[in-house]
Amino acid sequence: MSVGTPRGLASSGQKPITEIPHPLSAAEESLSPGPDVSISSGGDKDLELTNGTLVENSSPASASSTSTSALLSRLQVEDNFEADAADLYATTETRDLFVTVDDPKKHVSTMETYITYRVSTKTTRIEFDLPEYSVRRRYQDFDWLRVKLEETQPTNLIPPLPEKFVMKGVVDRFSEEFVETRMKALDKFLKRVADHPVLSFNPHLNAFLTAKDLNKRQGLALLTKMGESVKHVAGGYKLRARPPEFNAMGEYLDTFSQKLGTIDRIAQRILREQSEYLTELREYASVYSSWAGSEEELQRPLEGVAGCVTTCCGALEDLSENMSQDFLPVLREYVLYTETMKNVLRKRDQSQAEYEGRLEAAVLRKQEDRTPMPLEVEKCQDKMECFNADLKADWERWQCNKRQDFKQLLIGMADKNINYYEKCQTAWESLVTVLQDKQTEDKTSIGSHVPRRSGKSPPLMTASLVQAPWILLDALSDQRKAVGHSPHEDAGTCWESRDLMVGMGMRANRLKDRAAETFDIFVNSFFHYIPGYKSSKLLGYTVYILTKIYNINIFFLA
Amino acid sequence: MMAENGKDEAAASDGESADGTSSSLTVERDSNLLRRMEICVAEAEKRSGKNAIGMQETFTVYLIETRPADAAAEGRAQPPDSVWRRYSEFELLRAYLILTYPFFVAPPLPEKRAEFVWHKLSADNMDPDFVERRRIGLENFLLRVASHPGLSNDKILYRFLTEEPCWKEAVYETGFQDKADSRLRAFGATFRVRSPQKCFIDMKQYSEELQSHTSQLLRARARVADRVYAVYKVHGNYGRVFSEWSGVEKVMGDGLQSAGHHMDSYAASIDEILEEEEHYADQLKEYLCYAEALRAVCRKHELTQFELETASQDLITKKQQRDELATGMVRTFSFKGVTNKLFGQEAPEQREARLTMLDELIAEAEDSVRVKTAEREEHVQKAWADILRFKEEKDKDLREALLSYAAMQINMCKKGIQVWSNTRESFLKM
Repeated sequence: MSVGTPRGLASSGQKPITEIPHPLSAAEESLSPGPDVSISSGGDKDLELTNGTLVENSSPASASSTSTSALLSRLQVEDNFEADAADLYATTETRDLFVTVDDPKKHVSTMETYITYRVSTKTTRIEFDLPEYSVRRRYQDFDWLRVKLEETQPTNLIPPLPEKFVMKGVVDRFSEEFVETRMKALDKFLKRVADHPVLSFNPHLNAFLTAKDLNKRQGLALLTKMGESVKHVAGGYKLRARPPEFNAMGEYLDTFSQKLGTIDRIAQRILREQSEYLTELREYASVYSSWAGSEEELQRPLEGVAGCVTTCCGALEDLSENMSQDFLPVLREYVLYTETMKNVLRKRDQSQAEYEGRLEAAVLRKQEDRTPMPLEVEKCQDKMECFNADLKADWERWQCNKRQDFKQLLIGMADKNINYYEKCQTAWESLVTVLQDKQTEDKTSIGSHVPRRSGKSPPLMTASLVQAPWILLDALSDQRKAVGHSPHEDAGTCWESRDLMVGMGMRANRLKDRAAETFDIFVNSFFHYIPGYKSSKLLGYTVYILTKIYNINIFFLA
Repeated sequence: MMAENGKDEAAASDGESADGTSSSLTVERDSNLLRRMEICVAEAEKRSGKNAIGMQETFTVYLIETRPADAAAEGRAQPPDSVWRRYSEFELLRAYLILTYPFFVAPPLPEKRAEFVWHKLSADNMDPDFVERRRIGLENFLLRVASHPGLSNDKILYRFLTEEPCWKEAVYETGFQDKADSRLRAFGATFRVRSPQKCFIDMKQYSEELQSHTSQLLRARARVADRVYAVYKVHGNYGRVFSEWSGVEKVMGDGLQSAGHHMDSYAASIDEILEEEEHYADQLKEYLCYAEALRAVCRKHELTQFELETASQDLITKKQQRDELATGMVRTFSFKGVTNKLFGQEAPEQREARLTMLDELIAEAEDSVRVKTAEREEHVQKAWADILRFKEEKDKDLREALLSYAAMQINMCKKGIQVWSNTRESFLKM
């Protein structure tokens, strides 16, 4: 098994851009290269082998510590579960099944109206007759597939589907938004199934992806579903002791789904508040506009402000839309996924209970008439152990996926917010330039302008003193650049020096604060690159605090 | 702190020559108090005392410090003279200035009660933030008055700034309250005046528009502040839930925990941001007050014009009466004409007496017209000059206010980007 297989970039065919993780996260993926190679060879074996042999190897990897020994063990392990999480960066030759869901279309028939989606498949597997397929499927078909998978692979975790029935009532089943959201969820479902080493070889999946006409019987599917749940209730066997690792899983799932619910509620609340904020902002912009109408000199500045506020409205709208369309659905889907996981746990418990029950009965009988262990008890034991192993493997995979998915989701949320603020900042900065030009024009022909005092008591600097901080900030920014600062913080200096140029009317205290801020950033960036930087940082801060206490002018210090 | 005033006077003195109203005052006297004196409102203090009804009350007094300008220039470390004044005394001063100089647009005082309050901001007059903002507003008022070429030489103003006892009595002694126009008369003048100057009418219209726009803006801004406060604070909940969640996560724990902290700081940042915005609101409130003062000046013009017209009309009527009496011709319907017809013409002696009386009245009326014309002229001249000065100042001030508001918004965006970038970094570590 060679470890040195070169990793291709995310050119993995039809993966949409939203599913490709942030380039920086690749740093972690690179820690577990090699094992991908084993997939194509090991893939066929998976159907026959139980996952038990692979599970033991994967457990040290799941501890995921950054110590070198763990690193090495991960490299050596035939760890196709880590690889699954990392397979977004897998080379195309190791992943041989790509599926996509897109192109929703409305179908109107005499009986009903429904939406179908195009399911495209690209594969090199021999189980498939053709290398490419393209079929149309509706939600019912996905549901059928899911049921069939649950039936045939009871010990595996099947990814969830989006909700069948729309509870809200007001939401239009055929609205663009709803269809878009549902399609993304269906796409995710199929991709998860296709990426699963066991599920992807299920013949029902094959049929789903290739058959022109799914010959399914809806009624049977429904009955089967009901039958399963009935089986659970009438299981009859009581579980004595659950092994601790499954207990931990159960507890984790409970807490996790609770937190997810809270996050969902918070996100919804934020959306509501934002929409009210948007309404007020629009009104605010219109007041500036109407005021501009009655002014002469001030007309342009006021119109400018109105324009800026309107731009911010637009940006806020975009942000809210993004959150409701991208963030919330994925969050909700994870709630479903968690529920599915809980169900699998319950089934496992059932199988353990059944085994233990039968074992007890057999032991009692054995003591009486010395017959050998009945076959069915052994079968039960096998089933339980298989279940345990499958579950553990799926659990690992689920955890990995969850981490990836949430990382992406939350980073996306942060990005959208940063985007919003950047748009607003650009708008206001362009206004400042416009206003400033006019102001410098006017300052040369100054009338009897009374200098206005505002802000806290520290004095306005005389002209000469005001020069000093500009020079200081320039020097600081040069130093920062030399130390190799990250790009997004440099924007701060440009803003700061430009802001300082905005007339003497600016508050002197803010000047001091900003200088302090710059010093702070300077300390941060400079000391970060010194080994043992934390202690140097502490020293730096102590010095800074001392200067504040003794009120030494910070300019002289630098 | 005193050094700043040196700069103020430098800036103010630059503008001196451009101002036309100094022509009415002698050149030797500095027409700008600020040139001769440094003024600042340094502190605020709580006092209690008995008020007019004899009840105990707590109020805030403000310390006014003044120092002759040349002392600072020569480097003499002379301690400033200081006077403690209450808000109500400032109000009295302003009322005095308005009535004594009805042709000047009086600089605004900070608001008496906190208005346009959004929900978190307290409406309490004792709140330290409110007191601080009021101190700044009072200082600006004094600076504006002291740099006004017309107002700054007033004796009462000088005594307000320098001597504490007996100032109130001195103000009342000037009898400024007698100059107050009866409300009814002023109101009536608006409708009955026939030919006020167009520019004043337009300016009055403008002042009403300015008033309505600034108050609309203040209200809208308060509502926006309310909403943005809510949005930021709800994000604080993210902080809590991320922290709780990080407790059950092994790998994602650290990243989530620090993300939670950043969300907390994001939620906390809005308080400072909105407090800064209050300064912008204060500037708008000043111009709300200024608009009222401008309107008052325009209405005063209408009043003087109306009085002049009334006096002229009176004169014309009296002259007519005299003519009638002298010539015996009745041109218009008059009581005299009717009684003449009924009772016959009166005796020539009576007519003579009446004529003399009328002549006297006419002389009086002519005097009155002269006085009123002079008044009106004075008012028009001074008021218009001051209005122009006000316009310029308003344009500059409001432009500066808008600039600083834009800078505040940029600051807010910067902070937002910073926090979310940090949060993003934390998520990356997950």
